[in-house]
Amino acid sequence: MEVLDIIRPENQVFCKSGLMTDATLSYCPGCGHGTVHNLMMEVIDELGIVEDTIGVAPVGCSVLAYDFMDIDMTQAAHGRAPAVATAISRTWPNKYVFTYQGDGDLAAIGTAETIHACNRGENIVIIFVNNGIYGMTGGQMAPTTLVGMHTSTSPYGREVETMGSPLKMSELIANLPGTYYVTRQSVHTHKHARKAKKAIKTAFQNTRLGNGLSLVEIVSNCNSGWKMTPNESNIWMEENMFANYPLGDIKVKGKLRQIG
Amino acid sequence: MSDLKLMKGNEALAEAAIRAGADAYFGYPITPQSEVIEYLMAECPEKRTGMVVLQAESEIAAINMVYGAASTGKRVMTSSSSPGISLKLEGISYLAGAELPAVIVNVVRGGPGLGTIQPSQADYFQSVKGGGHGDYKLYVLAPASVQEMADFVADAFEIAFKYRAPVLILSDGMIGQMMEKVELNDQVERMSDEDIIQKYGSWATTGKKGRERNIITSLDLQPEKMEARVQALQKKYERMENEDLRYEKIQCDDAEFLIVAYGSSARIAQKAVQLGREKGIKVGLLRPITLFPYPKQQLFKLADQVKGILSVELNTGQMVEDVKLSVHHKVPVAHFGRTGGSIHTPEEILEALEENIIKDGSIRHH
Amino acid sequence: MTKVMGAIVVETETCKGCEVCIPVCTEKVIGMSTEVNRKGYHYAYMRNPGACTGCTNCAIVCPDRAIAVYRVRVEV
Repeated sequence: MEVLDIIRPENQVFCKSGLMTDATLSYCPGCGHGTVHNLMMEVIDELGIVEDTIGVAPVGCSVLAYDFMDIDMTQAAHGRAPAVATAISRTWPNKYVFTYQGDGDLAAIGTAETIHACNRGENIVIIFVNNGIYGMTGGQMAPTTLVGMHTSTSPYGREVETMGSPLKMSELIANLPGTYYVTRQSVHTHKHARKAKKAIKTAFQNTRLGNGLSLVEIVSNCNSGWKMTPNESNIWMEENMFANYPLGDIKVKGKLRQIG
Repeated sequence: MSDLKLMKGNEALAEAAIRAGADAYFGYPITPQSEVIEYLMAECPEKRTGMVVLQAESEIAAINMVYGAASTGKRVMTSSSSPGISLKLEGISYLAGAELPAVIVNVVRGGPGLGTIQPSQADYFQSVKGGGHGDYKLYVLAPASVQEMADFVADAFEIAFKYRAPVLILSDGMIGQMMEKVELNDQVERMSDEDIIQKYGSWATTGKKGRERNIITSLDLQPEKMEARVQALQKKYERMENEDLRYEKIQCDDAEFLIVAYGSSARIAQKAVQLGREKGIKVGLLRPITLFPYPKQQLFKLADQVKGILSVELNTGQMVEDVKLSVHHKVPVAHFGRTGGSIHTPEEILEALEENIIKDGSIRHH
Repeated sequence: MTKVMGAIVVETETCKGCEVCIPVCTEKVIGMSTEVNRKGYHYAYMRNPGACTGCTNCAIVCPDRAIAVYRVRVEV
């Protein structure tokens, strides 16, 4: 059978989610943000909840998320998305409300908003993309930057003595009674991406239960910030990022799990 | 029949918010306005009207909660005092840039820094000249009584939604803490979700249903587009000046001298006018009720009639600059005002008028 | 005996040449073009089209969703 015979509409088994716009993604080649966007839109599409979904975009590489996600979204000040989402969820209790944040947004300037939204057990989903660096502004050190990692503001490698240790937000908030589901995934291989999609679906489904906040951390790569090719960065991520940010469910149905 | 009560300014404001049909209030404790959230928590408005009341982890979180609820078309309010408002300014600039309706209340206390908990009007520049970053202005209402603290809440929501803009109620510790009789409006029904979607669905992020998606943002990376947005904001402010300027003139018709004062200072200045009149000094008072838009033309006209103007404000001279801008050097303008939480007396105001305006040599051969 | 055959269609102008799809393709179908698209990226293409099984691994990791996948069962 010729290739052309295979490529027929009835034979199509995979294509871009209908909830992704046609805009060219502003992300660097091979960056995990694009993949996470797609998995989320596939989940929202499959759950049939787009009419009741409201997203909150942060400041950072994904500040333009609303150009790519064809859903209602509001853009929050740097770090404040959890507070913005809190108010949307409180005034529209039956809506699916999510924030989409990077590690600079969530674990640095937005630490208080993150912790208190979790501590109040807001009925929202937080999608936390952790690439251990500030990407949009050109690769500065973030609280999640690994020890010894070179960035534009830790040019000789992060030192614990002067710059502290990498902040594990998921473990931190998993210990708050207000969180119901906390998991750490990645999207750099098909296996990981499929598991991440399942986790994102679970998080959104939890909104129906109203048992507390669901946070899905996605450990992701930053090729330009780490100064590697996409595939090199994914290998480096497996060896270094996962060692510090072990993948797996940290809290399920309100119960802590031992991982890593 | 609306009912008559004896209430603190802060509490009258809180009750007025419930009765104005507010959907949500997000606050944080800070003297001298903590009564607002205390009253709201005690009233359990979610039972009375379904209104959401939440104490945030900081003023920054609170103003961003306001931003969130406002982006979905809900009527939302927050209140704080001077240092707390400084923390909220980024969020306020975002509200202006994203064109979101919201009501912010500043019960001003003495500054700068931690300052004091006593009343002050030292946040005039912060309130009227923007305060946060970028070319934006706030529509500013300045209550001078507990009655106005209540009345201005409904007025503020109306202006906020008329222009899709944040509105500031600029009060102070005195008006917030004093008790006076106040007539409260009847309860206005909160809008249902369906009404909100029907009325504001063209812009509010209520969930993409039967329409294109809505985006709330203040970001535009292309200069031409950003410039267009900023120019559109300025058009809005011009409309405010043409349609929603508010001020009050007291004994100005035959005035030879004029005092300009708002809020608490206007109350005290009224007594100074009375004392002056008793001494044969024909002095009147112009009380701006909106600080933006400011009564520029009215002052410009009054400058043809009076020999000098005293701007009275609980600070070291801020509104005096706008008075000078308005009168274009036609007559001398001077400032008087205690600061740091000290309150000027009517006698001090009259003395300042006599010293700086009436006895000033240049006035004699005017 | 039935055999599963697959094929992918890469939107050459959308592909940014990141090559993330290559290591996840167990059948080693994908290669990078020698030409470049309008943005100057080499784009992915089916170098060994016959080997594709339509498993969608490449498509799911493609950050820019530039890959559509087709699959059909064939009598052999």
